[in-house]
Amino acid sequence: MSLANPLQASFAESTARERVLQLLDAGSFTEILGPSARVMSPHLSQLGVPSSFDDGVVVGEGRLGGQPVLVAAQEGEFMGGGVGEVHGAKLVGLFQRALRQRPAAVLVLAESGGVRLHEANAGLIAVSEVMRALLATRAAGIPTLMLIGGANGCFGGMGLVARCADHVVMSDAARLSMSGPEVIESSHGVEEFDAKDRALVWRTTGGKHRYLMGDCDVLVDDQLGAFREAALQLLGQARPLTLEALEQEHALLAARLADHGDCADAVDIWRHLGIPDAPSVVNLDAADVRLLKHAVQEGAQP
Amino acid sequence: MIWTDLLPGLFGEHHQVSREGELLRGTAQLDGRTLAVVGTTDHAAIGIELALAQARAVLDTVRDHPGRPILLLVDTQGQRLRRRDELLGINRYMAHLGLCIELARQRGHRVIGLVYDQALSGGFITSGLIADACYALPEAEIRVMRLPAMARVTKIDEARLAALAESNPVFAPGVENYVAMGGVRALWRGDLAAQLREALAQAPITDERARDGAERGGRRLAAEVAQRVAQHPAQA
Repeated sequence: MSLANPLQASFAESTARERVLQLLDAGSFTEILGPSARVMSPHLSQLGVPSSFDDGVVVGEGRLGGQPVLVAAQEGEFMGGGVGEVHGAKLVGLFQRALRQRPAAVLVLAESGGVRLHEANAGLIAVSEVMRALLATRAAGIPTLMLIGGANGCFGGMGLVARCADHVVMSDAARLSMSGPEVIESSHGVEEFDAKDRALVWRTTGGKHRYLMGDCDVLVDDQLGAFREAALQLLGQARPLTLEALEQEHALLAARLADHGDCADAVDIWRHLGIPDAPSVVNLDAADVRLLKHAVQEGAQP
Repeated sequence: MIWTDLLPGLFGEHHQVSREGELLRGTAQLDGRTLAVVGTTDHAAIGIELALAQARAVLDTVRDHPGRPILLLVDTQGQRLRRRDELLGINRYMAHLGLCIELARQRGHRVIGLVYDQALSGGFITSGLIADACYALPEAEIRVMRLPAMARVTKIDEARLAALAESNPVFAPGVENYVAMGGVRALWRGDLAAQLREALAQAPITDERARDGAERGGRRLAAEVAQRVAQHPAQA
């Protein structure tokens, strides 16, 4: 990162450790079980697959706007950010730490394909443990924030974990969903989902679509400083899990199915949402998409 | 086991569970106490509609019958692999199901998961795996992904993966491995009603799976690593 202002650097093109360092207040980050601790996967060597000294996730504590926070960042360059036994346990431990320390938030810079398939069963259980640990933290009133901006997106079990958190922040370069396009294509053919059609992939699962649908709360530019600013705004803002809140969520999801369930493409949904020139959304930057959503919501008021 | 054999094994004649498509929903009585039963059958692919229908059943139980135990019956081939589901945000629909179960747990409902046939990854994380405790029948199978797809993603030869699934507990689909790793609390053999009764009385409400995995020798590092992160001395 040779830019004069590192906060303007691309989130997507930075490493997990660079992201953490720029997101938090300068000099405040302390890593826990960092690479020198060499806590590594017990499963990869038997497959002849290289291990990583940090098992692909950075965890630790620091400050954001002067307030104490805990933070985790998944490294998409190592096994696509997949969650294995150790990787998952580091995330679980961070949430358990939050219950003792009561920070202003736990930030998860998620970049992951979900379960690390090389650790199959152990990875699946680990993802479930991460979800339970996040929910225990959320239940204690400690805000959990998912910041999604990596090139690999946030999929599979981590796509589920993301939607269990209090808040989701995405960049327009990021994706959030369940099954990757390659898996769907290999299951039902290229007519179902052409994984090589990048425009189709991004408008189906990318940040702009997720923001317009309300699946992420904040849409930012692909800049470290923009993620930092969004996280600062969300500190201390817990969203309690209540019957009323889940009834509202249920009504929203039922209405979405009724309103858009027959849409073949994101552009059709955007048109349904009242966006006049729906095909042009793909060319807008994050700020314009935010204005557009605001305008649509204003227009929907009686 | 098919669900029409499973329910008499658990409850005798004392159940009112019906099937709507691939959804199982209803109530049952054990020792005079009513349970809510929610689940799927026919190796259901969990799409947005089925996730929402299960969430409705859980929410209705929380709203109308505070404290009523919930039994989740798992038989799924995983999440539905369609572009439409991704477009509409299937991860949010499935997470919603998970959050409804979490809400039930937080409000004092005992939630027991039972894999009675097969479980696959996505459909399992927000059902049986988010219960207080998850159990399985001995003949059930739990997989992360089918081997051809796994071979494509991992770039490991399918024949090698098949060999690993025969011998390596991390890859094998047998539920015994899940017991050893702590992901499944126990297998139910013989008197199913007695084991459900015991689960309702004994299942932990906190997540004990990493500790179980360490004690049983199937997953040695998870509990220790989590504890090291949680207990690491704080910086001033």
